[in-house]
Amino acid sequence: MFEALTDRMQGIFKDLRNRGRLGEPEVDAALKEVRLALLEADVNFRVARDFIKRVRERALGVEVSESLTPAQQVLRIVNEELVETLGGEPGRIDWTGEMPAPVLLVGLNGQGKTTSAAKLALTLRKLGQRPLLIACDTFRPAAVLQLVTLGKQIACDVYEEGTTARPVDIAMRGLQWGRDHGHTVAIVDTAGRQQVDEALMAELVELKAMVKPNEVLLVASAMTGQEAVNVAQVFHDQLGLTGLILTQIDGDARGGAALSIRAVTGIPVKFLGVGEKVEPLTAFYPDRLASRILGMGDMLTLIEQTQDMYSQEEAASLQKKLVKGQFTFDDFLKQMQQIRKMGSLQSIIEMIPGLNQLMKRPEMAKALDEKQFKRVEAIILSMTLQERALPSLIDGSRRRRIANGSGTKVQDVNQLLNQFRDMQSMMKQMSKGSVPKHLAKLMR
Amino acid sequence: MMRFFRRSAPPPSEPDTSAAAPAPASVEASLSSTRKGFFGAVRGLFQTQRTLDDAFWDELEERLIQADLGAHTTGDLIEGLQAQHARKPFLDPRDAELALRSELLKLLKSTGDTGLFLPAVADGIAIILVIGVNGVGKTTSIAKLTHYFKDGGRYPILIAGDTFRAAAIDQLKIWGERTDVSVIAQAPGSDPASVVFDGIGAAVGRGADTVLIDTAGRLHTKINLMEELKKVRRVVERRHPGAPHETLLVLDAITGQNGLMQAKSFAHAVGVTGLILSKLDSSAKGGVVFAIAQELKLPIKFIGTGERLEDLSPFDPDEFVQALFA
Repeated sequence: MFEALTDRMQGIFKDLRNRGRLGEPEVDAALKEVRLALLEADVNFRVARDFIKRVRERALGVEVSESLTPAQQVLRIVNEELVETLGGEPGRIDWTGEMPAPVLLVGLNGQGKTTSAAKLALTLRKLGQRPLLIACDTFRPAAVLQLVTLGKQIACDVYEEGTTARPVDIAMRGLQWGRDHGHTVAIVDTAGRQQVDEALMAELVELKAMVKPNEVLLVASAMTGQEAVNVAQVFHDQLGLTGLILTQIDGDARGGAALSIRAVTGIPVKFLGVGEKVEPLTAFYPDRLASRILGMGDMLTLIEQTQDMYSQEEAASLQKKLVKGQFTFDDFLKQMQQIRKMGSLQSIIEMIPGLNQLMKRPEMAKALDEKQFKRVEAIILSMTLQERALPSLIDGSRRRRIANGSGTKVQDVNQLLNQFRDMQSMMKQMSKGSVPKHLAKLMR
Repeated sequence: MMRFFRRSAPPPSEPDTSAAAPAPASVEASLSSTRKGFFGAVRGLFQTQRTLDDAFWDELEERLIQADLGAHTTGDLIEGLQAQHARKPFLDPRDAELALRSELLKLLKSTGDTGLFLPAVADGIAIILVIGVNGVGKTTSIAKLTHYFKDGGRYPILIAGDTFRAAAIDQLKIWGERTDVSVIAQAPGSDPASVVFDGIGAAVGRGADTVLIDTAGRLHTKINLMEELKKVRRVVERRHPGAPHETLLVLDAITGQNGLMQAKSFAHAVGVTGLILSKLDSSAKGGVVFAIAQELKLPIKFIGTGERLEDLSPFDPDEFVQALFA
């Protein structure tokens, strides 16, 4: 696993003593690390090269700041450039014009078009639209049934004609059906295809010409490698893409493909696809993706993801606590109790690149086992409310009392307190975008 | 337990069928777009009157990274070539090309055997578990393997272990119909481990000699889902000690560096005996397999080159690199 970028950068700048401007050797050394991070994130080679060139121009000659370390300064410029490139408009679907407004989903095989179609329907319904799903993948076995099944799950109409009719005819008749039934948007799912397959691309070009969609969205997985650019370019050249849905963002792929696609074709990321369940698409925030591409995790999205397990107030206060390092034992207890039911802490950990490696270590697996839970739960329940809120209060005699009360040993209490302190510190640091060195080591 | 299939040669019990013969040709053909794209450019790099200067190495680095070999593997390869060049300079760019081919081949061959290790039909049922993240082509690959095994004289049965994805069971059943092979399934939403446990029993009862188990796609970062997969594997082993005989991880050729993470995670969780590199008919070069070979010593056992039943070829490292440089 990779040491956090910030740690690598600190190493480069630690000997920088001279005040004044950031010099070439240091900036170049730092940017070498940044370039490596981008390539590790699957950012296209040429996009990375051009990006580094731009950042270099900005970074050289910048005054060494009083408040930021040189590493932080360079990283800040990198971050700003990334965010600017990724673009800032919120993802929107153009549903103006004749109804139902057609939205075409296209892309390679297995990227999540069908799942995204259903998610998009849900998203649009929440915005007051009346979506219709049209099943134009007549090739993949049971693809139509898949869309029909998803449609039923979300109570959304699906227009389909099985697999014998031509996709373009299904689409046209589907649009008519949508008109007759008062739908305002029609989401057309198509078969996955390789952009190098000329016949299949021609089919799609014909489909687009007939359907005249308001939006042509490329659905691509966050784990796509260097080829992302070529794929997007061909789809864009032939169809005129209006946006990208980046899927499987809940994995640990850094998602550099999105940067490449945006940089080369100008296509904006409109939505993110998170998870296999049919839930609304997630809004795209360039700063979060930037942080992720650099390998620095995505704390904000993670916190957001846990919000559906708590009320709004609880979520807001939890967020504040995490950021301020005020996460208490009561919070921890609540989290642990959630784990048995929903694996919430797991899902937080899973989504932090590097931290999910931590989960695989035997001591973590032990921590998640039932007996351990009961022991930890007992320890916390033996604490007073005051002790749970302020663990620093817990001195030797209190530890003995807690150990007796919970039927554990003082070593167990000590271990829990140490682990908890480490976790608090890690969560606080991660919200700032860096991981303390001794903890970063755990992630390898 | 005997090694049953060797590389691209047809299994000994069966005369040379038409299915086995086209395999090398289809690899060649399907890889042609790949070849024209990347290695075509690489060959260009080596063929023009180039001196092996900085610009040459930079361009080579670009090509290798664009092929998804990753910065780390690319760095190692180029350093190796440069060291060779320093010790005994390549007189001709073509010598450098040969050296590169040799290194790539060495990486692929360092993984050990690319054949399938299955019990011979007479020695009992062979069980293959197919795993991977979402959308990589597990179900389609199983259909192709079914076709492959049938052509090789085996009697396969499929187990629909993906009880989660909408219409996944139906998808596998359609392939079953197309290949005239039974599919054992329960209701959607059933516990996968139970389906697999019962399914193996049923397959044995029906006289199958090969069982292919489809599983739900899952991101390797989802702890609950990986635990579920571990349970499925345990259950296979409990039901039939020694099984699964092969655990094949399907990897989409277009995957970037995350492919290495996937391979590591799945290998760590349930053990992987080989890879199926799918969708090589795309413009993707699948270069992450070199990193996987280098770090995990995982062999590619098959490559997928399209959506038809015939579009599966046993992996042959020589053939693979040869076709790329031809």
